[in-house]
Amino acid sequence: MIIDILAALFIAAGSFFMLVASLGVFRMPDLLTRMHATTKSGVLGAGLIMCGVMLFFVDSGVTLKALAVMAFTTLTSPIAAHAIGRAGYFIGVPLWDKTVKDELHGRYDEETHVLRSPGQMRDKKDQP
Amino acid sequence: MNPVLDYTLWLCFAVLSVAIFLALWRLFKGPTLPDRVVALELIASMTVGLIGLYAIRTGRDAFIDVAMVLALTAFLAAIGFARYLEKGSHRDDH
Repeated sequence: MIIDILAALFIAAGSFFMLVASLGVFRMPDLLTRMHATTKSGVLGAGLIMCGVMLFFVDSGVTLKALAVMAFTTLTSPIAAHAIGRAGYFIGVPLWDKTVKDELHGRYDEETHVLRSPGQMRDKKDQP
Repeated sequence: MNPVLDYTLWLCFAVLSVAIFLALWRLFKGPTLPDRVVALELIASMTVGLIGLYAIRTGRDAFIDVAMVLALTAFLAAIGFARYLEKGSHRDDH
């Protein structure tokens, strides 16, 4: 009885965070802010729903599998977000026009994939 | 099943359906290919949650295996898309 209500609380919280992630990907202005919304909230939502599953089936095998799902999503989502964000910057996805700071601007060479540190910037002064 | 859990399940199914529709809108509209990949990854993550809800609804724990496999294949798909974007795409492909 009580454990069912606890499971209901967990899946309601998980669905809420999923909705927040989806609203983020729907409303945010550019790629990096969209990824900022989806990766963290999506993982949290899936993890909370898996917590609800663990509480509903009080069974060690199900708990282990749900923990495996949580571990997989927690481990893989930052790596996938890093890879997609890196690829997006490489192919020149436009940033939001109100972006305050782009640290790689002027240091990263799109053709050769070389990233120069600030000390090496003087060699390339002829480039815009 | 506890009626509180029952009503919460229906509510969560509705909320997740709305969330998947919002991400689907970004998948159709998304101005660049990485936006669409992000939307696809979010849809896969929400499908994992939906499968968890369905496992509670039906009371069969075998669906958790499906969620586990889906979580892994979504990661592989995202990494594959990222490799494809870095290696073989045109710079003005948006």
